[in-house]
Amino acid sequence: MGMSMIKEERHVISILMENEAGALSRVAGLFSARGYNIESLTVAPTEDKSLSRMTLVTCGSNDIVEQILKQLNKLIDVVKVYDLSEDNPIEREMMFIKVSANNMAACGAIKRLVDIFRARIIDVKSRTFTIEVTGDRNKLNAFIAAVEDHNILEVVRSGCMGISRGNSALKI
Amino acid sequence: MELTGAEIFIECLRAERVETIFGYPGGAVLFLYDALEKAEKEGKIKHILARHEQGALHAAEGYAKSTDKPGVAIVTSGPGATNAVTGIADAYMDSVPLVVFTGQVHRHLIGNDAFQEVDIVGITRPCVKHNFLVTDIKDLADTIKKAFYIATTGRPGPVLVDIPKDITDNESRCEFNYDAPPKMRSYNPTLKGNTRQIRRAIDFLLEAKQPIIYTGGGVIMSGASSQLKDFTQMLNFPITNTLMGLGAYPATDKQFVGMLGMHGTYEANMAMHHSDLIIAIGARFDDRVTGNIEKFCPDAKIIHIDIDPASISKNIMVNVPIVGDVKQVLLALIKELKIRGDQPDQENLGHWWKQISEWQAKDCLKFDTNTQRVKAQYVVQKYWELSEGDAYVCSDVGQHQMWAAQYYKFDQPNRWINSGGLGTMGFGLPAAMGVQLAHPDAEVACITGDGSIQMCIQELGTCSQYKLPIKIISLNNGYLGMVRQWQEFFYQKNYAMSYNEALPDFVKLAEAYGHVGLRIEKNEDVEGALKEALALKDRLVFMDFVTEQEGNVYPMIPAGAGLNEMILV
Ligand SMILES: Cc1ncc(C[n+]2csc(CCOP(=O)(O)OP(=O)(O)O)c2C)c(N)n1
Repeated sequence: MGMSMIKEERHVISILMENEAGALSRVAGLFSARGYNIESLTVAPTEDKSLSRMTLVTCGSNDIVEQILKQLNKLIDVVKVYDLSEDNPIEREMMFIKVSANNMAACGAIKRLVDIFRARIIDVKSRTFTIEVTGDRNKLNAFIAAVEDHNILEVVRSGCMGISRGNSALKI
Repeated sequence: MELTGAEIFIECLRAERVETIFGYPGGAVLFLYDALEKAEKEGKIKHILARHEQGALHAAEGYAKSTDKPGVAIVTSGPGATNAVTGIADAYMDSVPLVVFTGQVHRHLIGNDAFQEVDIVGITRPCVKHNFLVTDIKDLADTIKKAFYIATTGRPGPVLVDIPKDITDNESRCEFNYDAPPKMRSYNPTLKGNTRQIRRAIDFLLEAKQPIIYTGGGVIMSGASSQLKDFTQMLNFPITNTLMGLGAYPATDKQFVGMLGMHGTYEANMAMHHSDLIIAIGARFDDRVTGNIEKFCPDAKIIHIDIDPASISKNIMVNVPIVGDVKQVLLALIKELKIRGDQPDQENLGHWWKQISEWQAKDCLKFDTNTQRVKAQYVVQKYWELSEGDAYVCSDVGQHQMWAAQYYKFDQPNRWINSGGLGTMGFGLPAAMGVQLAHPDAEVACITGDGSIQMCIQELGTCSQYKLPIKIISLNNGYLGMVRQWQEFFYQKNYAMSYNEALPDFVKLAEAYGHVGLRIEKNEDVEGALKEALALKDRLVFMDFVTEQEGNVYPMIPAGAGLNEMILV
């Protein structure tokens, strides 16, 4: 198998793990030690305080992703792992973007873009807009591209969160 | 009853039936040592003082590898803990069940760069099965219980428990209760093989024309040697073992075709390469076994039995994955074979065995003893004969390790103790201490080289203190021989830093520690020396065999080659 023939795909992986000190670094360490890539990673406690929920986005061939899932499962702090990509999951990411407009016309243009993307302006100060955008990463990328003509001062992205559709749930 | 942290520690060890603990004291573990000393006086436990934390860890590994018990070690914080890391990593690579206790600075000092503080939980995270920092005396017993449970179940491995000093002091006390089983919702190893896969495996077995059984350390760990023997003999298939798996199947049995891999036998590697079915059991397709993956066994279907799902289809894709404990899966396979009552086609097998015997006729392990100096291979072969194949043989890392694996024919499991995955020079002598302590009356040898033995030579002191009558067989070629061999083959004989300048007089060194030293320079003296050493039942004997300097390990699969491309002598 030549490396060039292997098809790499993006996978959104959901991880339920013990909410313990060090659990996050076990996951992060696993990825760096084994050379897997991490596109994004988000983590926070769930409604059950003893558990954390992580969404991890990675890219790799099917073999690699299968190894990733097995290696994650092997971590003692990991309670459950699920590759959401198998069933068209819901994905959302939030972004704060700070854009400054050169003139009043530009202000208008930015406001129109905010409307089109159903984003929200959450702060304005002397022609500088702080905007909140939520959506999948394509939408966020498209928004960045759309405001590129203005001065982008700062971009903060949360990384992707994922959840499956319908009544299936990753729970213990 | 309320106990101090140190007392809880002792009670946990007792509850886990720990008889021997290996360690080295220091500031952060003084309360624990205080309690250990008292427990030792009451005959509850024996503490073995190594001369270096690495030695303590390898000794614990030797103890674990030669028994069905975990190895237990205790070291202090900071440098004590970092010195232990090599042993922990070694145990991780070879799946050795260890529970390692490290002292930590007082809780309120953690993160302050306090004296002898090191984040050992962070340092060891990638080389432990799991680790814990105890932050409350109330969690101490439960954490230790989990540590033993995790270390010894599933795919075994080292577990580290880091205990801040103030948790063990005389100020805080806590109720001790060890009865509840460990609660772990996130850890639940699969033991029983999937029935459908087991049936599929039988279909493959019965159809095979050129099968081979390939087994590793997992068989030994699972205690499944007798099941493996039944299974193999029922089928009349050839069997090969990995370096870690030697002894799982009797080496003197006619179905055994030798070790496979880089320095395996010609017949084992050829049989693997030409097979149409590989039954891999408790082995992990390590790169020292597969050679070039692209060329690996082009016609083989693969059945893979392993307790660790992550080992399956990691390097080589398999056709029938069976996750489970090797012993349970083998029992299920044997049962299913009996129910079916079918046999693989004997005529095909006959052809296969004929082909194998042609490969065997090459006699790839032959060597001549017409050498001026001692022939290393001959020493191992003689030792095997004289010890009647019944010794526990520990080894270091290098050419001598390969010769030990090739020429000592292990007929029983848990007898061959070496560092396979990490390849740690310095492993042999301390590992032999652990083995000898676990089996006081057994014959224990350490086969080593002039480079490796110097990496934990200080443990000769431990051997004097505890009167461990280990037989050290040093194959002294004056070189870091394995490095020199690679330089000879692949670096135009540029022997960069592989010559061992300024070797000590090992006989005098042994004597300085109160042991017996022998120097042997000729082949004709080998047998006499070995007999003399074996007769000295209660003494450590350091045999310094002055071997030929530029001997090479054959046969060999060079890097990038396939299993069918071995270099023979
Ligand atoms: C701790 C450590 N350092 C370096 C190596 C690399 N290495 C592998 S074999 C070897 C030479 C071993 O020499 P010796 O113990 O004299 O054994 P010989 O090969 O001569 O039998 C070396 C340096 C290693 N395996 N372990």
